Parts: sequence; C-alpha cells; structure tokens
Amino acid sequence: MGHAFKHTFRTALALSVSLLATQAFAKSDITVAMQLEPPHLDPTSAAAQAIDSVVYTNVFEGLTRFMGDGAIVPGLAESWEISDDGTVYTFKLHDGVTFHDGTSMDAEDVKFSLDRARAEDSANAQKALFAGITDVEVVDPLTVKVTLSEPNGNFLFNMAWGDAVIVAPESIDNIKTNPIGTGAFKFSGWVQGDKIDLERNADYWGKQPALEKATFKFISDPTAAFAAVMAEDVDVFSGFPAPENLPQFEADPRFQVLVGSTEGETILSTNNKQPPFDDVRVRQALAHAIDRQAIVDGAMFGYGTPIGTHFAPHHPAYVDLTANSAYDPEKAKALLAEAGFADGFETTLHLPPPSYARRGGEIIAAQLAQVGIKAEITNVEWAQWLETVFRGKNFGLTIVSHTEPMDIGIYARPEYYFQYDNPAFQELMTTLNSTTDPEERTKLLGQAQTMISEDYVNGYLFQLAALSVAKAGVQGLWVNAPTAANDLTAVSWAE
Amino acid sequence: MLRYALKRLLSLTLSLAIASLVIFAVIEVAPGDPASFMLGVNAQPDTLAALRAELGLDVPKTERYLTWVGGMLTGDFGTSYTYRTPVSQMIADRMWVSLPLALYALTLSTLIAFPAGIYAASRRGKPGDIAVMGATQLGVAVPNFWFAMMLVLIFAINLRWFNAGGFAGWDKGFGAAMQSLTLPAIALALPQAAILARVMRSALLDVLGEDFMRTARAKGLSHRQALWRHGLRNALIPVLTIIGLQFSFLLAGSIIIEQVFYLPGLGRLVFQAISSRDLIVVESVVMLLVFAVIMVNFVVDLAYAAVDPRLRSRT
Repeated sequence: MGHAFKHTFRTALALSVSLLATQAFAKSDITVAMQLEPPHLDPTSAAAQAIDSVVYTNVFEGLTRFMGDGAIVPGLAESWEISDDGTVYTFKLHDGVTFHDGTSMDAEDVKFSLDRARAEDSANAQKALFAGITDVEVVDPLTVKVTLSEPNGNFLFNMAWGDAVIVAPESIDNIKTNPIGTGAFKFSGWVQGDKIDLERNADYWGKQPALEKATFKFISDPTAAFAAVMAEDVDVFSGFPAPENLPQFEADPRFQVLVGSTEGETILSTNNKQPPFDDVRVRQALAHAIDRQAIVDGAMFGYGTPIGTHFAPHHPAYVDLTANSAYDPEKAKALLAEAGFADGFETTLHLPPPSYARRGGEIIAAQLAQVGIKAEITNVEWAQWLETVFRGKNFGLTIVSHTEPMDIGIYARPEYYFQYDNPAFQELMTTLNSTTDPEERTKLLGQAQTMISEDYVNGYLFQLAALSVAKAGVQGLWVNAPTAANDLTAVSWAE
Repeated sequence: MLRYALKRLLSLTLSLAIASLVIFAVIEVAPGDPASFMLGVNAQPDTLAALRAELGLDVPKTERYLTWVGGMLTGDFGTSYTYRTPVSQMIADRMWVSLPLALYALTLSTLIAFPAGIYAASRRGKPGDIAVMGATQLGVAVPNFWFAMMLVLIFAINLRWFNAGGFAGWDKGFGAAMQSLTLPAIALALPQAAILARVMRSALLDVLGEDFMRTARAKGLSHRQALWRHGLRNALIPVLTIIGLQFSFLLAGSIIIEQVFYLPGLGRLVFQAISSRDLIVVESVVMLLVFAVIMVNFVVDLAYAAVDPRLRSRT
C-alpha cells in the first residue's frame, strides 16, 4: 500500500513536473504589434519603414547588418578585404546559404541585387547608397568584388541598410507579396489590413531562433494600441504611439517598458532661402526662443533627449552643442531687433501627423509668440507634406524627425528642402566621404556638427525616443532603433 | 411599368456617370503624389520618374479616367499603387469583414429597436415610455466610438471576455469570427437602435391615430391586439426605409469603429489608402459604395411603383 502510494505520488509528481516543463517550453510564438502596415514587403523598392520593421534581419539579410546597439557586423558576408586605396571591397560569402525557396545564395545573387539597386530604372528609395559603385564582379561562387569610384568610409554601413539586402532573380517578380530571403524566418502569410505571419526557417545557415512563429499585427489608433496591450492581445508593441500611457505599463508587473534611442533627429526645419530665415540672426533667434525640455516634456511626456545639432547623441562622434541653442527669449528678441524685426514677423508652420509634430508644434508656436514671431499652424498629411513642403519648398517652418541613420550629409545638398547652401560644409562632406580612418572621421564629423549648429540651419529639438511595451517574459528585443527593425532572431520567452 | 423602369435605369446610369466624374476629379485634385509618398525623402528624381511611369501616373488625366471607368465596366478595378495587388481582390477580402459586421450590427439594432419602440408606443406618456425615450436620446447623442471604447474597457480589459480588437478570420470558425465582431457590432448598433426605436415609436403612434385602427378597436379587438395585428404592419413602411438607409451607413460609415477595433474592413482600407494617396483604391471603393447606394435606391423606386400604381404614370 505504502509502496503503491509512493509510486503513484512519484508518477504524479513527475507528470506535473513534465507538465510544467512543457508549459514553460510551450511559448514559442510571439505577436508583435506596430502602428503602420507595410504597403508591400520589398525593402529594396520603397521608403516605408514598416517594411523593414517586419522583414529586416528576419526575412532578408544583407552583406553586413546592424546590431541593436548600432554596430555593423558581418551578415551574409563572413569577411571582407579592402584594397589599400579603399576602392575595392572583396567580400567572402558564407557557404551553404539558401533562400527560402531552396535556391542557393551565391555571388551571382549579390551581383544581381547590387546591380538592380543602382540601375538606371531602379526603384530603390535610397539609391544614393549605391552611387559610388562602378562595378560588381563575381570572382567565384563565394567571392564578390565591388569596385567604387572613390574611397567611401560609409560603404560597409550602407550595405547594412534594409534597402541593400540580398534578393534572388528567381523570386524577384513576386517579392512584394511573397518575399523570399535568406533570413531565420520565412514569410508564411499576410491578411492585408490585419497581420503578417512568419515562421522559423529550419534550413537557416546561422543560429536557429528560439521562436517558431511570429505574427505582426497592425494597430494604428493609439487608444486601440493601449487596449490591445492591456488586454494582452499582443505580446510586444513596437513603437508605442501613446507615451502618456507608459507610466501605467511601467507600474504594472505584467509588462516591461523599453525606452531607447532612435536615429530620429527631430528638428524645426527652416526654409533657409525664404526671408527672413535667410538671415542667420533670425535663425539664431528661433533657436533661443525654443525651450527644448518643455517640448520633450509636453509633447513626448519626457521621452527624448534635447539636441543642439543634427546628430544622434548615442553615436560615439556626437558633440553636445545644446548650449549653442540655450533657451533665452531675451537674447532671441535682441537678435530679432538687430535683424530689423523688433516687432516680430509672421510665418507658417506645417505639421505632419505624428504627435511629436502636432503636439510639439502647438508648444513651439506658443514659445515663438513670446518673442513676437507669429507662426500660423497648418496640419498636413504626409502626402501633402511631401508635395508642399518637401518637394515644393513652399513653407516657412515645419517639424519633422529625420530618421535615416547618419544623415548629416543632407546639409551638403543645397537643393534639399531646407535649402542650406554652404560650400565649406559641402567640402567638409566630400572630405569625410573619402576618409576611412576612424579617428579622422570622428574629427570631421565633429566639425560638421559644429558648423551646422553655429549656422543655426534648423531648430534642433530632440532625439526621438524608441518606445516599446512588452510582456514581462519577453527577452532579446532591441531597445534602441539604429534602423527600422524588429529583429526577432534573438528573441525568446523567459522560462 | 417597363417604361417607368427604363426611365429609372437611365437616371441610374446618369447618376453613376456623374458620380464617377466627381469622385475622380475630387480625389485627383487633392495634393500629394503616390510615388513620392512611397519612395520618401531620399528618393532621387529619376527613381521617382521610373516609379511614376511604372504606376501609369505619367499619362494624361483624361486617359486615366477613361481607363479606370472602362476597367470598372468589365469588372477590373485596376491595381493598387502601394499594395500592388488587384483592387477588386482587396475589396472582396475586406468585404468579408465589413458586410458581416454591417449585417450583424443591423440585426442587433433591429432586435433592440423593435421591442423598445413598440413598448414605448404602447405606453405613451407613461414612465416606461419616458424611460425608453430618455435612453434613446442618450443613444443618439453619444458617438459610437465612445461606446466602443467603453465596451473595450469593460469587456476586453477588465472582464477579458473578448479581445480588444482584431479579426480572428473566417478560417478560424464561425464562432471565433463572430466573437471578434461582437463588440464592434454592439458599438455600431446602439446609436442606430436609438434612432430606429424613435422612428418605430412615432410611426406606430401615427398609425394608431388612423381610422382603420378605430375600426379594429370597434370590432372588439383589445388595444394590444389591434396594435400587433394592424398597427405594426402599417408602421413598418417608414421603419424599413430607415433600415435601408442605415445599412448603407453601416457599410460605409464604420471607418472609425474599424480603427478602434483594428478590423481589416473596407473603412480601414479607405483610411489607409487616403493617407498613402493610393488614389485608385480610394476611387474604386468610393465608387463601389456610391453604386451600392444608387442600386438600393433603384430597387426601392421599383418597389414603390409596384406598391403604388400612381407612380407608374408619373415620371
């Protein structure tokens, strides 16, 4: 009897332990929500960040890749050699890599992808990344030689972008609805307007991910986003749209809040060609009229780092220049008087849909009014913003977050919408692009930051924060957003 | 009758032609270029030109209009600029969410409104009537998205009976799909039910004053019997007209509810398409909705004529 009891007890115990164990192991799927749905799934022919947010590193991989901390590491290329003059890159590809349709990934595919991106009729939204390439040569199936017209210190960084991932000629025709990449996850289905499903790629060349299935859900309304997380319908909300709700999630043991940095320099973009903004004193007055911390607190509920130039604070080469634009309304008024606008002036302020712009714009307009500048607010949709402000250059002021990584080079383009035309800066950028020595690059980047800060090209506001909410058990998510991505290859559930 | 029907058909065709012109003109005039929206701020001019050519945006507007209308006549709604899938396919997919949702909401609203309206009419001026009318007043005044948020708060976040949103999909079974449509349907149905109950009540009260009702009472029917046998049937005509109108509204007007519950329906499709300037999708969906409304009216016109011979001789 006693023996039988012990036996039963042991069996029961073993059973419950194994039950617990299977339960702990059972969770191998994840539902990640984000605000915007990708229009299609080809990262090499559209600017929509939502595409990269689904497929980058999950479905598609490039020669190099971004890590969560912003570092560039080898991707499909396991190593490379750079010629002494910095113009020839010889990439050694990983052996045994296959696309999700079973075809092998080799040097021909790399050549195809790069040639397609830089072709005359290319639809690549970041064609400039490939501009310096003069030739792509297949040396052998696992070696590819890329020749540049001049040295480019950014080349390996450029090749890590989602726009530079490796695609195959066999599957290119349907890439928009059926993306075939080399990544750790395969595309398995899309219910448009609702969700995209991915599943683990059993033949992945690298380390197998912990997750078997991943679902991306699209919830654009901030209230609905809050409800979906609270009701635990989703496991992660990447880019949570309502910062005012974050303290509530922080206080709730069911959730964790991830606050990181993005590449988004949020600026009060200024039309440098439109009077009175063609006068540097007026632009400097703008800079001193703005209380950055008040905007971060009021529009972003405290999430965001004030900046004094167009550069990400988490970058090693960042120079803190916020002092140049210190909040000083009296100085702003004096500068305006000096420029002949003692009574202020009227201008326009175009605000695109994101809350940093709409909420931030209201605060900025009020702050500008304090020094006599009357900014008339016009709310615009993105399509309208692109047409009127970006292409038409028909604006005085606008607020926008420039989310491309390392995009200080836009200040060297006099035709770019804020129309900053400074030959000294342009020369500096040319020198920077042909410099590969890291120390020298850091020095040049510092000079560039200082130059645009002291020229007060735009009103530098703050670095956009990366805000995500996840269930407490989720681990391995990117905290920062060096590029648009939800890299799930290292994500798992805590046991 | 045939002459009358032909005349109606002609006016229907004209209405559709004019609607297509207005829709095309209004949407094309709105600022914003689909190609630059898709390629973003770093796009180079030659890339933009290549994409515009690929999308067929470089041909003159009149030609594009004719291609669009011609395509629709043969059932081809074109290809979405952004999604690159056939518009007819997208509409069909979304229809499987929007149409059941509209029908579900309409059923709920009728199920609530009929008893409420009849109850209020039969107790005219009494506390029961006043209570129902007070509730409908509230139902008419409160917007449906507020109802939606309250429902989510109570049933999804606190009680956890439902998901906060999303659509399970018909492949997960009828029950699961209907469950994900329940909260949205209730949110849509409540304000509609309030309106319908008020119409029901006043239509019934009108009928109750008619001579034939007095006759029915004189025959010896009780007040309630007269109401059920003769009153209700005659009061249904204005009520059905309202139900018809509400159906078009529910189909086209659930944009906000679909946002709140993130349902992949027609409303959300239009919403996304407008912001990305996917003009062809916006034009086609709006045209389809106009077509639905005009067709409903056409059927109603014919039905009136069938019921009322005087209409046939009038034009």
